Amino acid sequence: MDSVNPRAGPAIAAILVALPMVAILAAVIHGATGADPALWAHLAEHVLARVTLNTAVLVVGVVAIAVALGTSLAWLTAACDFPGRGFFAWALLLPMAMPAYVLAFVAVATLDYAGAVPVALRAVFGEGFAVPAIRSTGGVIAVLGLASYPYVYLMARGAFLTHGARVLEAAQSLGLGPWSGLFRVAVPLARPWLAGGAALVAMETLADFGAVSVFNYDTFTTAIYKAWYGLFSIETALGLALLLLVFVAVALALERLARGRARYTAADAGLRAPARLALPGARGWVAFTCASAIFAIAFVLPAFVLARWALEVAPLDLDARYVDYALRTLVLAAMAAVACLALAVVLGYATRFESGRLPRAATRVATLGYAIPGTVLAVGVVTVLGGVDAAWRALAGGGGLWLQGTVVALLFGYVARFLAVAHVPVQGGFARIRPSLEEAARSLGLGTRGLVTRLHLPLLGAGLGTALLLVFVDVMKEMPITLMTRPFGWDTLAVRVFEMTAEGEWQRAALPALVIVAAGLLPVALLIWRMERAARTA
Amino acid sequence: MRLELREVSRAFPGVAAVDRLSLVVGAGRIGCLLGPSGSGKTTVLRLIAGFERPDAGEILAGGEVLSGPGRWVPPERRRIGMVFQDFALFPHLDALANVAFGLRDSDSGMRRRRAQELLELVGLSAEAGRLPHELSGGQQQRVALARALAPRPRLVLLDEPFSNLDADVRMELAQQLRAALVAEGATALLVTHDQREAFAIADEIGVMRAGRLEQWDAPWNLYHSPATRFAADFVGEGSFIQGTVLGPGRVSTELGVIEGQLTSEQPVGTHVDLLLRPDDVIHDDDSGLRAEVVERAFRGAEFRYKLRLPSGTPVLCFVPSHHDHAIGERIGIRLDAQHLVGFPRG
Repeated sequence: MDSVNPRAGPAIAAILVALPMVAILAAVIHGATGADPALWAHLAEHVLARVTLNTAVLVVGVVAIAVALGTSLAWLTAACDFPGRGFFAWALLLPMAMPAYVLAFVAVATLDYAGAVPVALRAVFGEGFAVPAIRSTGGVIAVLGLASYPYVYLMARGAFLTHGARVLEAAQSLGLGPWSGLFRVAVPLARPWLAGGAALVAMETLADFGAVSVFNYDTFTTAIYKAWYGLFSIETALGLALLLLVFVAVALALERLARGRARYTAADAGLRAPARLALPGARGWVAFTCASAIFAIAFVLPAFVLARWALEVAPLDLDARYVDYALRTLVLAAMAAVACLALAVVLGYATRFESGRLPRAATRVATLGYAIPGTVLAVGVVTVLGGVDAAWRALAGGGGLWLQGTVVALLFGYVARFLAVAHVPVQGGFARIRPSLEEAARSLGLGTRGLVTRLHLPLLGAGLGTALLLVFVDVMKEMPITLMTRPFGWDTLAVRVFEMTAEGEWQRAALPALVIVAAGLLPVALLIWRMERAARTA
Repeated sequence: MRLELREVSRAFPGVAAVDRLSLVVGAGRIGCLLGPSGSGKTTVLRLIAGFERPDAGEILAGGEVLSGPGRWVPPERRRIGMVFQDFALFPHLDALANVAFGLRDSDSGMRRRRAQELLELVGLSAEAGRLPHELSGGQQQRVALARALAPRPRLVLLDEPFSNLDADVRMELAQQLRAALVAEGATALLVTHDQREAFAIADEIGVMRAGRLEQWDAPWNLYHSPATRFAADFVGEGSFIQGTVLGPGRVSTELGVIEGQLTSEQPVGTHVDLLLRPDDVIHDDDSGLRAEVVERAFRGAEFRYKLRLPSGTPVLCFVPSHHDHAIGERIGIRLDAQHLVGFPRG
C-alpha cells in the first residue's frame, strides 16, 4: 500500500476517543487545587455515599438477575427440548431491541399505584389489595435485569452450543446424569463466557441513564447530569465522572480477563447440532411457561402497550414537530454512522497492512469508548471543546462558542462511544479476506485501487453495511450524550422520550419510543438471521 | 518465456530462506522445486511472483529484469500467474468470473470467450456458474489454474497445488494439470514436497535443501544419478551399502564385486557408500546371496521387503506378491545395478 499511508489514522482515532477521558482527568487535577472546598464537602456528605451505594446495589442486583435469567434460558434453548424451543431460541433475543429506558417507563406507567395493572387488581380483590411498589430499588433492578439478560443469554448460548453436547456426552460416559452434567461440566466450562456477559451487563448498568431517571433512582449518571444542569457545577460533574470511570475500569478489566480465558478454552471449531435433552410432559410445559412469561414481560406486553398508547396519542401529537425530530435523529445517526465507519475502515486497513505494535495499540484505545458511559463522555467532550474554544478566543479574540454547542460536539461524543460498534464487523470482514486472495489479485494485474474496488469492497460489503446499521440504531437510542451536548433545538426522538417521561406524560413518550424500538429490531433481526443460518450450515 | 534466477538470496530474521540460488527454466518448459518443508522453495516462488523482495541477485523473465539491483517490477505488472496452495478463489465470484478476473481486453465478449476457453481446457465448462464453495477441491484447483493461465502470463507459478486435495485424485489431476500447461504452451515452475507429483508434471526438477539447490536435472537422472547424498535420500527409496573402489566401474562390497557405470569416478581404493534402489535388488531363490527379512509391507501387486545383510546393513527390495516370505526368513537376492552411485565415505 505505497500510495495510501494509513499510519496516522489509528493514532487520530485513538486520540479522539482518549481525549475526553484525559480532559476529565486533567480538569479534575487542575480543579482540585482551586475548587470550592465547601462544594466538595457538600458533595461528599450528601451525594457521594448515597450515589455510590445506589450504584453498587443496582449493579450487583442487575448482574445477578441477568446472569440467572440469561444462563437458564440459554441452557433451556441450547441443550434441552421443550414445546416451542425453536421459537424461543431467537424470540428471547428480541428484548435487545427495547432500550432499558423504554421498558422502564412502560413498567412505571402500568405498575405504579395509579397504573392499569394495580387498578385492575384492586377492582378484583378490593381496595385493600397491596401491590408491591414499582418505584423502588427492587423495581429498577428488575427492569434493568429484564432489559439486559439478552447479553448473558447470547454469550451463554454460544458457549453451550459449542461445547454443549460433546462434553455432556463425555460426562455421561463417565457416569454423570444430564443435570449434574449441567452444573459440574457445562456451567464451569461456560464460566468465561458468563463472566464476559456479566461484565458487559455491569458496564451497561453503570452507563444507564434513561431508566434510572424514570425511576428517580440516583446513580452516578443521574448525579452527573444533575450536577451539570441542576447545580451548574462543572467541578462536581467532573469529579463524579472520574469516579464513575474508575468503576467502569474495574468492570472492563474483569471483562478483558474473562475474554482472555474464553479464548484459551475455546471449543473446537466444528459447531454441531447437539443432541438435546428432552423435557417430557409437564416439565416441558413448565419450561414453555417460564420462557413465555419472560418473553411476554420483557417484550410482547411492553410493545403492545407502546403500540396502543402511540395509536391513542398519534392523532393529537403527530404533527410537523415529529417530522423534525425524526429528521434530526436520522441526520445525526447517519452522520455518526458514516464517521464511525470511515474510522473503522482506516483502523482495519492499518492493522492489516501496517506491521508493528502501534496500530494495534491505537486500535485498542480507539475501541474503548463502548465502555465509557455517555454522561461521562458528554462531560469530557464539552470540556475538550470548551478548551478548544477558549484557546480560539485567546488566539483570535472575540467571544462566543465556536465548537461547544454545535453538532461537532454531538458527533464527537457519538464517534468516541460507537467507534467500537463499527469496528467489530469491519474487522471481521478484513479477517475473512485471506492474504492469498490479495496476492492472487495482484498477480492477476490489480494495483492498489483495483484491490480496493474489485476485492475489498465486494468482500467487505456485508461487514460495512452491518457497521452502518449498528451505529445508526445505537445513535437513535442514545440519550445522555444527545441530551447534554446537543445544540439548541436539536431534539431527537430519544430526547423527546426523556422530556415526556420526565413530566410523567407516559402516553406521549410512547410514540417516539415505538419508532426507536422498531429501528432497534433491525440489528436484532440481522443477528437472529445470522444465527439461524450458522445453525443450518452446522 | 524463459525464467532465470541469478544468485538470488533472501534472509528472514535468523534464517537464510534462499541462499545464492540460480536456475533456468527454458521457455515452454515445466520446472519443479522439490524439497522438505522449510527448505525455502515457497520463498523462491514468492520472490519470483514479487510478493517478496530479494536481498541480492537478479530475477529475469524473457530477458527482462523483474527484481535486481535498482530494479523492481511490482507483482501486478509482472504478468506472472500463480496457483496458490489454498487456491485463493474469489469467494464472491463464480468460476467464470474468477477466470475472467485478470483479463484486460476492453471487449467484454472477448474476455468472456477467453474465460470459457480456459474453463473448457480444464474440463469445467458445465461449472462456469458455480461459486467456489459449490465446487470440489479438485475443481477449485482447476479453476485456479485456468484463472492463472487466462491472461497468457509469461510464467505460471504453482505453490503445492495438490496439498489440499485427497491423495487418490492427485495423480489424475497432476496429469490434467500438465496437459493444460502444455496445451497453453506455458512456462511453469511448481513447488512440492511430493516427488510423485514432481515426476508426473515436471520436465526438470530441482532438489532444494536449506535455501540451496542441490541438483537441477531431469527426473530420470535425479532418481538414477543423484548428485548428492541428500538428493539420493530425498528422492525415491533406497539404502546405502559400504564398498571399496577397485577400478573404473568396479566396486567391491559384501555382496561381491559390483560392475557398472559409476556416475562419478573415484580413485582406486576409495571407500564409498553405494546407493541401492529397491529395483536394483532382485529376489532370486537360486542365488547364494542370502538376506534376512526384517520388515514386510504388502502393497497389492508386490511386497516391499526390508532385508538385513549379514553385516547388518538394511536394503530394500520389491518382490511380486506371490513370493510370500515371513519375517525372519532368509531369502536369496542378486544385484542388477546398471548405474552405480557412490559417495566417498568420511
